Amino acid sequence: MAKSIDVSDLDIYYGDFLAVEGVNMHIKARSVTAFIGPSGCGKSTVLRSLNRMHEVIPGAHVQGKVTVDGQSLYDSAVDPVAVRRQIGMVFQRPNPFPTMSIYENVLAGNRLNSKKMKKTEADDIVERSLKGANLWNEVKDRLDKPGMGLSGGQQQRLCIARAIAVEPQVLLMDEPCSALDPISTSAIEDLIHELKSDYTIVIVTHNMQQAARVSDETGFFNLKAAGQPGHLVEFNATPKMFANPDNEATEAYISGRFG
Amino acid sequence: MSTTTDLKTPTPDQLEPLMGGTLPRVAPLLVGVCSVALGALAWLLGLSPVVGVVVAWLGYVLGYTVWSRSVEGSRKATDALMRTLMWTAFVLAMLPLVSLIWTVVARGLPVLTPQFLNDDMSGRALLGVGGGIYHAIMGTVMVTAIAAIIAVPIGLFTAIYLVEYGKNNRLAKVITFLVDVMTGIPSIVAGLFAVALFIVVTGDPLPRLGIGGAIALAVLMLPTVIRSVEEMLKLVPDDLREASYALGVPRWRTIVKVVLPTAVAGIVTGITLAIARVAGETAPLLLILGTARVANWNPFEGPVQTLPVYIFQSLGQTTHFKYGEIWTDRVWGAALFLIIIVMSLNLVARIIGKAFAPKTGR
Ligand SMILES: Nc1ncnc2c1ncn2[C@@H]1O[C@H](COP(=O)(O)OP(=O)(O)OP(=O)(O)O)[C@@H](O)[C@H]1O
Ligand SMILES: [Mg+2]
Repeated sequence: MAKSIDVSDLDIYYGDFLAVEGVNMHIKARSVTAFIGPSGCGKSTVLRSLNRMHEVIPGAHVQGKVTVDGQSLYDSAVDPVAVRRQIGMVFQRPNPFPTMSIYENVLAGNRLNSKKMKKTEADDIVERSLKGANLWNEVKDRLDKPGMGLSGGQQQRLCIARAIAVEPQVLLMDEPCSALDPISTSAIEDLIHELKSDYTIVIVTHNMQQAARVSDETGFFNLKAAGQPGHLVEFNATPKMFANPDNEATEAYISGRFG
Repeated sequence: MSTTTDLKTPTPDQLEPLMGGTLPRVAPLLVGVCSVALGALAWLLGLSPVVGVVVAWLGYVLGYTVWSRSVEGSRKATDALMRTLMWTAFVLAMLPLVSLIWTVVARGLPVLTPQFLNDDMSGRALLGVGGGIYHAIMGTVMVTAIAAIIAVPIGLFTAIYLVEYGKNNRLAKVITFLVDVMTGIPSIVAGLFAVALFIVVTGDPLPRLGIGGAIALAVLMLPTVIRSVEEMLKLVPDDLREASYALGVPRWRTIVKVVLPTAVAGIVTGITLAIARVAGETAPLLLILGTARVANWNPFEGPVQTLPVYIFQSLGQTTHFKYGEIWTDRVWGAALFLIIIVMSLNLVARIIGKAFAPKTGR
């Protein structure tokens, strides 16, 4: 069961600092939405506000509305923990748990919530998730070794496996391939294609080709000027975005003329 | 443009040579032997041995630096000079430590017989027959253990509050300030606090009980425990907390299952060191534990003996015209055993730290 997300007039703050201003968009269920834009324009910030990870930072808060399948995300009655169980996230930097083995890292979402499950069921989830993240073949013989003993790119794929192991309805990915080689990248892109049939996926990327390849819709973020808050410049279907965008700045950015 | 001129490939004569002169490998030894000879000469010429050592040291520092400068150039010479100065500082710091341990071991080891460890000061011990520190060892263990039982949970939870919940809020700032103040409490004042507290509780004008000593030690331990646990929790990267939150794990579970296990090595080490630190505390215990000659396992009644207090009180007897020597032996024996306890705690802390540390190997 995938979910759609509606964002309207969203302002996002770090303390008094307005990082992103006036975001409006509709993220369709069972589709891939890509966020592109120059560094520091607030892509990660917007992404993190979609599963209430933003408020984890002291002083960070939002104004505006985010609704998931019609339900307001920032309603005072909404439990952020429940939100995050349904909306998973892969971070820009790989962050496996250092005290856990590869196996335990994949199962962390279940184990940390003390979900009871049989050994066979657990093995199953681990294998399926690791295969999904294209990591299974590399680690299947050392599942009990520490997750920190993997290379950076392997760690990132481990984090992806960990995120899909809990089968969230929406998956937010912040530059998941920035540390990966072309083979793993294409495996992740295949995975995104596969997941699309069941999940809603939002991905931040600096790679235009990747955005063009994997996404159905694309949002372009930009800064009006240095020190100004970031904003959503254009949000359109990906083919249109890359063929003839409405906005001149979008075209300039995509064709590599700036940013 | 100016940048292009800066980036021009340097001509060969502009390149710094990669090779330079080096001193032979035996150079330090050579200079060392010469300067020792110089020092010995100064001594033979009638100067005091201390002056001789200083002369030898100066000879080494100057000789090696000048030689290195003339052969290897100024960067390596500075390096050699700084290295010599740091070794000197290291040796100066080690001297008192080594000499202290040497003295205590040399004088205490012969005293540490099984009989000395298993005997207390009852019976004819005061007349120089037998006598030992069994009661003091047990008292130290009991009082320190109770202090740890009181201080560790409070300290642990306070630190967790400060790092995980109280980020920059008012209450956390006040607590941090109070902890800083507590760190500076003189230990004798902690003892006075315990005495005053138990005068009120028991109504006895001169309370003597083990729990009082434990509370005084707990007061001294608390800031150390809070500080060290706080530092360890701060070292846990926020990335891990976020990873856990993003999986829909509530905050308390994140703390229990992600943050604490990641920091456990440092936390346990810090706590063990805090315990070791108060195990040798004397002043506050002197006020509230009184003098006991036999082991007292009841912390709620009667005086208790601990090793530091035993040492202090025995020291008063070493000038006795007849039994002075026996008391001196007892002081050294007890001192050695106290050092052994504290050192083993430090060792245990290291072993635990190693055992719990997150493993990164493949
Ligand atoms: N924890 C924080 N506290 C304060 N300001 C922050 C914090 N994180 C980000 N910002 C600010 O918010 C703005 C947007 O940052 P964000 O991380 O969302 O950029 P981004 O688009 O993801 O960039 P990149 O492509 O480099 O990842 C930047 O100006 C940044 O300095
Ligand atoms: Mg980012």
